[in-house]
Amino acid sequence: MSEEIKNFLYLNRRAPYGTIYAWESLEVVLIGAAFDQKVSLAFVDDGVFQIAKGQDTSGIGMKNFSPTYAALGDYDVHQLFVEKESLEERGLTVDDLMHLTWEDEDEDWAEKDSIQVVSRLELAEIIAAQDVVFSF
Amino acid sequence: MAIEVEGKVLETDEEGYLVNLSDWMPGVAEIMAKDDDLELTDEHWEIINFLREYYEEYQIAPAVRVLTKAVGKKLGKEKGNSKYLYALFPYGPGKQACRFAGLPKPTGCI
Repeated sequence: MSEEIKNFLYLNRRAPYGTIYAWESLEVVLIGAAFDQKVSLAFVDDGVFQIAKGQDTSGIGMKNFSPTYAALGDYDVHQLFVEKESLEERGLTVDDLMHLTWEDEDEDWAEKDSIQVVSRLELAEIIAAQDVVFSF
Repeated sequence: MAIEVEGKVLETDEEGYLVNLSDWMPGVAEIMAKDDDLELTDEHWEIINFLREYYEEYQIAPAVRVLTKAVGKKLGKEKGNSKYLYALFPYGPGKQACRFAGLPKPTGCI
């Protein structure tokens, strides 16, 4: 395995159900996190619904995989960027999203927020700084 | 493939994992352990139950690195290390313990 640590960003742009993209992205993130790379996620457009609170899939016969986002902290994924404009365009605020955290082992497991709301402009800069971007 | 537990025939995949999570009962772990020449102790059950709770909460079977860290946090540092977990589950705490617990093969297991 290469010694070089790269920055990977997974860009999620689609609603969680109806297509397989959101779940596939999450699975790839979990598998990729085993490779000791620096991994972050971004949620834009309808992708913001992937981490919305209170998801209920009982009417559509699909597994509700939203609890799995809470495991990302355990997989050393500490940065989930959410585009501010995408939230606003959908009438959402950060309070409509799940409270996702990670625990800092170096600070006696102090709980820290994973979600960072960023503007479109800031997100463009974040994307530009990545080594690899996967778009789902 | 299939295993027979307490008179019921339960379907398993080609690697021996239960196809239907809801088929699980403690006897599943006992039978699978016997096939692997393992006798389950309270220490094994502690990990198996931990995995089942982890799945209940997050809907995934954790990768072994994640499992190790999470066990360390919940059950103490002396248990949250590869040496302890591999001693209990010689075929790999992720793969073998998840199989006993009726979970799918861990996500992120390579």
